[in-house]
Amino acid sequence: MSIDHTDARRLRDREDARPENHARPGRFEMDAVMGIVAREWILYGRSWRATTFAAVVEPTLYLLCFGFGMGALIGTLAGFSYIDFLGTGIVAVSVMFQSMMPAVINTFIKRRFLHTYEGILATPIDVRELVTGEALWLAMRSGVYGCVPLLVAMGFGLRPGLGGLLVPFIAFLAGFAFALFGIWISAVITSVRSMDYVFSGLFTPLFLVAGTFFPLTELPGWVQGVAVINPLYHAVELIRGSVFGGLDAGALLLHIGVLVAFIVLMWFLAGFQMRRRMVG
Amino acid sequence: MTSSDPGLHVSDRATATPSASPDVPALHLRGVVKRFGSLTAVDGLDLEVPQGVVLGLLGPNGAGKSTTMKMLTAQSLADEGEIRILGHEIPAESKWARARMGVVPQHDNLDEELTVEQNLRMFSFLYRVPRARRREAIARAMRIAQLEDRGDTVVEDLSGGMRRRLLIVRALLHRPELVLMDEPTVGLDPQVRQDLWGVIDALRQEGATVLMSTHYIEEAERLSDEVALMAAGRIIERGTPADLVAKYAGTTVEEYTPDEHGIDALENLIRDHGFTTRRTGTAVSVLRAEELPPSLRDRLTVPLRRASNLEDVFVTLTGESVD
Repeated sequence: MSIDHTDARRLRDREDARPENHARPGRFEMDAVMGIVAREWILYGRSWRATTFAAVVEPTLYLLCFGFGMGALIGTLAGFSYIDFLGTGIVAVSVMFQSMMPAVINTFIKRRFLHTYEGILATPIDVRELVTGEALWLAMRSGVYGCVPLLVAMGFGLRPGLGGLLVPFIAFLAGFAFALFGIWISAVITSVRSMDYVFSGLFTPLFLVAGTFFPLTELPGWVQGVAVINPLYHAVELIRGSVFGGLDAGALLLHIGVLVAFIVLMWFLAGFQMRRRMVG
Repeated sequence: MTSSDPGLHVSDRATATPSASPDVPALHLRGVVKRFGSLTAVDGLDLEVPQGVVLGLLGPNGAGKSTTMKMLTAQSLADEGEIRILGHEIPAESKWARARMGVVPQHDNLDEELTVEQNLRMFSFLYRVPRARRREAIARAMRIAQLEDRGDTVVEDLSGGMRRRLLIVRALLHRPELVLMDEPTVGLDPQVRQDLWGVIDALRQEGATVLMSTHYIEEAERLSDEVALMAAGRIIERGTPADLVAKYAGTTVEEYTPDEHGIDALENLIRDHGFTTRRTGTAVSVLRAEELPPSLRDRLTVPLRRASNLEDVFVTLTGESVD
């Protein structure tokens, strides 16, 4: 390997050679965050087919099996046709799976086995920016893919109101929350085996006790109380409320407020725990 | 810092970087200590590297080289001491320092499913190479790595040497003033290692500061302007390879195979005459053999003679064997 003379001249001219856009110590920089997002965008160029396949096939199967199978038995539920109830619930579940699952698995693998984050943290990017960038990318992806189940459900007869146009934004917000939650979990667990606890002990109750497949009112009172702190429940309510209307201002503020508060809490926890793992 | 601070260059995006004064050392470590529980990995490390020097940090496994490298990127925080890189205090200003240095990690953490060009493009974002210079920076990196015709090749299809070359030039995309290389050739076969030395030579010719940790003696001797020998978490000696060899091993080493009296008796005999020895397999190597008195030489068998080298110095000073 060699550096040619043109390169030599350029290298000597350090001022010219250096990037104009340098980091500032101690500051949280969106440029750094967008660097992470740009990186994920390039990676997505390789994986979009599989991601899209999963995003389309999963809700289609759910709607086929539950919508036709259960829907024929149930008819209406909490004032909705079952396909309407289920379709909006699956949008929220899909957002959770699109964001939290890769946040737990991919983040753990990149940190623990691929040494990806060691490489990134050797560049002018700090842990908070890394965490934010990873979560932001997953949120953006969720915002897009979260709409897929809604489109599929429309094929099954769901008729959204104009509020349905807000679904990508709600999916983004919820996706950001779940991605940060997943990154925090990935930094807490110490081995791949621990993921069994996460998926069985956390994912399953999260998406079952959220008003996705059946109304929470059918559950015991104490479970309903627990469900109120489940961010997926608030995402479901927001999505259902925006698609079909009927959400008053108080409820709207409550659901958005809980999601935002969850985001703030998880941002701090994910940043703190990832820093503990990455900076010794 | 504010944009009114002296020595700052302020861009139109209100982001600033200090101008590099040649008097500022590229690396300055003073009394640096790093402990992991009861283990002290770095134990009062003092090291100063002027700009434009290629310094080989040579030591056996466990000497504290990788921990030191991690502290320089603030991925490990010192328990005590002071670290400054290009004038920036670590860890407080580590992000700034990292904008001006490139790091070649010990672990190959390339994205295997992406192409050579995509890997470089990703890091051009992370190093925040301006959009207008991105294409040129990537082309230059591929040229240095001799991978111009491999831009569309997926990394997993590259040979080990090509991957390592890519790993090195990935750290040069933003034209860093300081390059940290943590065991850049570990695990590679000798031919590939020598191939990689070309890029480090080129960096030296360009005047870049390079800190390269290695446990390959030959590599340190061949590539470094200066070598710092590290053992048990501190620098035990430092100098040019030639000066260190002259100081500790003289010009000639003679290797004696023991007679019927055994290796211990042979070693004791030579040491009793004030010479430093070390065992190399079943033989005893005598340093500064050019100074052996005839009276002693008459009592020894015919030796194998060779030029002294840095390995002799290292083993003498640390008692450790190296690869």
